[in-house]
Amino acid sequence: MESPITVWQAIAALLAFAAGAAVVAWSFRAGALALAPHAVARVLRTAPLTASFGLVVILAYVVVALLAPVLAPFGEREVVGGEYLPWDEVHLLGTDNLGRDMLSRLIYGARNTVGIAFATTTVAFVVGSVLGLLAATVGGWLDQVLSRAVDVLMAIPALIFALLLLTILGTSIPNMILVIALIDSTRVFRLARAVAMNVVVMDYIEAARLRGEGLGRLILREILPNASAPLVAEFGLRFCFVFLAISALSFLGLGIQPPTADWGSMVRDNATLITFGDITPLLPAGAIALLTVAVNFVVDWMLHRASGLKE
Amino acid sequence: MLQMIAQRLALGVLTLFLISVLIFGAIELLPGDIAEEILGQSATPETVEAFRRELGLDRPAHLRYLDWLGGVAQGDLGHSLANRRPIADLIAGRLANTLFLALYAAVIAVPLSLALGILAALYRNSLYDRAVNVFTLSSISFPEFFVAYILIFFLAQSGLFPSIARVTPGADLADKLHRTFLPALTLTLVVTAHMMRMTRAAIINLLASPYIEMARLKGVGPARIVLRHALPNALAPIINVIALNLAYLITGVVVVEVVFVYPGLGQLMVDSVSKRDVTVVQAAALIFACAYVLLNLVADVLSTLSNPRLVHRR
Repeated sequence: MESPITVWQAIAALLAFAAGAAVVAWSFRAGALALAPHAVARVLRTAPLTASFGLVVILAYVVVALLAPVLAPFGEREVVGGEYLPWDEVHLLGTDNLGRDMLSRLIYGARNTVGIAFATTTVAFVVGSVLGLLAATVGGWLDQVLSRAVDVLMAIPALIFALLLLTILGTSIPNMILVIALIDSTRVFRLARAVAMNVVVMDYIEAARLRGEGLGRLILREILPNASAPLVAEFGLRFCFVFLAISALSFLGLGIQPPTADWGSMVRDNATLITFGDITPLLPAGAIALLTVAVNFVVDWMLHRASGLKE
Repeated sequence: MLQMIAQRLALGVLTLFLISVLIFGAIELLPGDIAEEILGQSATPETVEAFRRELGLDRPAHLRYLDWLGGVAQGDLGHSLANRRPIADLIAGRLANTLFLALYAAVIAVPLSLALGILAALYRNSLYDRAVNVFTLSSISFPEFFVAYILIFFLAQSGLFPSIARVTPGADLADKLHRTFLPALTLTLVVTAHMMRMTRAAIINLLASPYIEMARLKGVGPARIVLRHALPNALAPIINVIALNLAYLITGVVVVEVVFVYPGLGQLMVDSVSKRDVTVVQAAALIFACAYVLLNLVADVLSTLSNPRLVHRR
């Protein structure tokens, strides 16, 4: 069978996409510079094109996720026609393996997949950074116990450990959130502890301790502000990992379960179309990839800014 | 130096022991026990009891653990809960397949990423470097199955390579390499990006040091500076990154095997997770975790050996 899209056409499309992305990113930056308050504009002016492109994409995803019911032409779980319908005026992207509107499910997927990934990251982040800061500040046996426990947990590859825990607990969305949050919190712990360790030894912390500040105040008011820049960047990176992990699990049929619209399982359900030269199943996968690329671009810029690297 | 390597080995063995405890003990985390959880609400007390005896849950946990560990040490991984077959039989052929795929990917990925990384460091801030930077940053962020399906879309449809990597035991090597090319290429693309970025970073890091400036001042060419002066000192971080990515291959293999219906250990594990076949998942997890720990250990030892100051420490 002749492939409907050749490699050259794909490369041309890719170049066109890159050019379009550059234009969008540039005009977004120009627009934001004109509209945003002075302080924000000053930061934005330093953003490279990749970072402003990342910001546009993230913003677009948030808007789509929030307005999903308004934007989607059909319901999330509604069967609206035959199976695997091709693209036409009614179903812009055709229908899926059960005859549900592909575009609507893509839009709802933004809400479900990204929402769940965001919630998981938040849990992992809060647990990991609280324990990490605590371990660094208190030190002693608490630090030893937590650090060694994290060492052991990190010695097992993340996906393998997730699969093991999901077998035992059973596959469901709350279980998946818990398992992935647990696994990723170990990585956050490592970073939070390492960053806080460098802050804890400073003189002003000693002074604060002598002043008699309590543990909570010490962590929140004294240490956290000086540790926040790398932690914020870590949140972005962690989100990418969590997002990819959840998509991988859903793709394997072990994460977000049908009929909830989710990008990972959408790829799995419609994968047979690819062998017939239809790119529809690549769209949800592409949606995942685009968001992670965007977040990575922004994080890259933030890290660059925070470190003052010139390279 | 021998003492240090012995130390690392001892630490590795300790880690393996703790991992085995964790993998075995994970079952104990459940509030009830695994028999009730798996059989569900509708099971009669008799079936639950029988299932429990089958798993040996009527005996204390530490005795069961010792039995399990003793069995594993002798190559007896127990029986599958789903079909009662010995796990060792289920795994044997699949493990070889998975190792073959990982090795195949590694043989392509390691030289490729080293070359690309060194070139990017040599011509840094050039158009090539920037393009490679954007490209690798993007491919790090792609889910494995996206890369896999893109490859299927472009390379399998035209009939160049099969999209389903079914390997028969008797096939000769060339045929096997052809059939498993797409999964291997997917894995290569996924790990190359990371490895080459780290290679580039490790070398660029060194290029700022005074001895490199000295070499430049005495008129050494850029290629010779990177290859003869910077690379040997960058070996330790590069070895670490290679090992880390080979370890990553081991987990990446799970998703890729499912996409290409490749009869490997990862696919067996995913199937067993949905069947809640705990014993098989435990065995597979143990094998994956062991490989992961061993690779990290090898990296640790090798990167020490690559540094003469650590080898000849007084």
